[in-house]
Amino acid sequence: MKQSNISERLFNGIVKENPTFVLMLGMCPTLAVTTSAINGLGMGLTTMVVLALSNMFIALLRKIIPDKVRIPAFIVIIASFVTVVELLLKAFIPFLYGALGLYIPLIVVNCIILGRAEAYASKNDVVSSLFDGVGMGLGFTLALTIIGAIRELLGAGEVFGLAVMPESYVPCSIFVLAPGAFFVLAALTAIQNKVKLAGEKKGRDMSKIQSGCNSDCMNCKETGCSRKFVDVSAKEELEVIEITDGDEFPEQAVEEKEEAPND
Amino acid sequence: MIKELFIILISSSLVSNVVLSQFLGLCPFLGVSKKTSTAAGMGTAVIFVITLASAVAGAIYKYILTPFDLTYLQTIVFILVIAALVQFVEMFLKKFMKGLYQALGVYLPLITTNCAVLGVALTNVQKNYGILTGIVNGFATAVGFTISIVILAGIREKMEYNDIPESFKGMPIVLITAGLMAIAFCGFSGLL
Repeated sequence: MKQSNISERLFNGIVKENPTFVLMLGMCPTLAVTTSAINGLGMGLTTMVVLALSNMFIALLRKIIPDKVRIPAFIVIIASFVTVVELLLKAFIPFLYGALGLYIPLIVVNCIILGRAEAYASKNDVVSSLFDGVGMGLGFTLALTIIGAIRELLGAGEVFGLAVMPESYVPCSIFVLAPGAFFVLAALTAIQNKVKLAGEKKGRDMSKIQSGCNSDCMNCKETGCSRKFVDVSAKEELEVIEITDGDEFPEQAVEEKEEAPND
Repeated sequence: MIKELFIILISSSLVSNVVLSQFLGLCPFLGVSKKTSTAAGMGTAVIFVITLASAVAGAIYKYILTPFDLTYLQTIVFILVIAALVQFVEMFLKKFMKGLYQALGVYLPLITTNCAVLGVALTNVQKNYGILTGIVNGFATAVGFTISIVILAGIREKMEYNDIPESFKGMPIVLITAGLMAIAFCGFSGLL
């Protein structure tokens, strides 16, 4: 594998398609565990390990896994690695295990991981997929650490547990509580929107930035978003419903026709 | 026993609300809350699936994983059981309950990847809930989800006509609304 491809993958994950700042994927852990910078860092690195390993394995098995059962197969692979990582954390870094708690097994349903499996690892070779996972994971780690640091700074006056703010600063503790997570993310997406609007005015292609979506999954046609997978199946469902709508209960109609001559 | 179940009912639905204080199920919360009717439909489907999933996951944990000493496999088993269950429910409704399928069918695929379902199953195990307690906890959590998504949808319908700054249109204003709702729900913490 060429050096350039590896660095391209890493750059892509950290900057160009940063999962949090650009693609807005995996919002549940982003909001839940970023009460401090160290928690954000721990969660990011845990996710990165799972992402890199599952990407690598899925790329290895991509020619063996039948297309129809690929999503369940991906989920089993991801869940196995999550279990391994969970047991390792429990044994070796118990304080992080205690702080992240429920959100470690929930890495399974983090849409970044399934998203990368579907969009990249199932189509590319092992080494590129591994570095794609590392890049995306580093991007996620960076984003979580930054959000965690902002919340910790405003909410407790500290970063990584070190007092940063002057003595006179009164911590605004709402930022480490649940509502603060929503406010910080709202500010973040507003900045993203601003960047996107400014870029579009200059005629640049800003279609990758997802925060500009009107957050309406039912009518979403955007790609690259976690909802892509969900949306495709939802659309199929809609079509099925429309078909059944068209000829309502065809069996009954046939039965009635058959009964008619007997009368 | 009844008192204990009632406390779980209140605490899971209001005090530690699944979306607003635990951040589970955020994707549908933000994505399917544009209209009150779709939000209510999604909420009903979530109540249905989570209650069923916590019953099935609880039974599997108690009668299969614990006797065979396989509890470390819980994450893998639960996610597969939930995914299969949602598919099965969908097929069952399509075949036998056409009316209900028309109402809930569109939302079911959106629920498979909902972390609230897996979250509830894992919480039930972590807190050592029995099957009945687990079902009550699952139902209460889902009711909490429905309450918050319907309220958010109501607020978003009203906001349609408001003059929102350009960069706050779409997701940011929804997140600020959710944040304000989370402050309001913090008030429930004095309830128990």
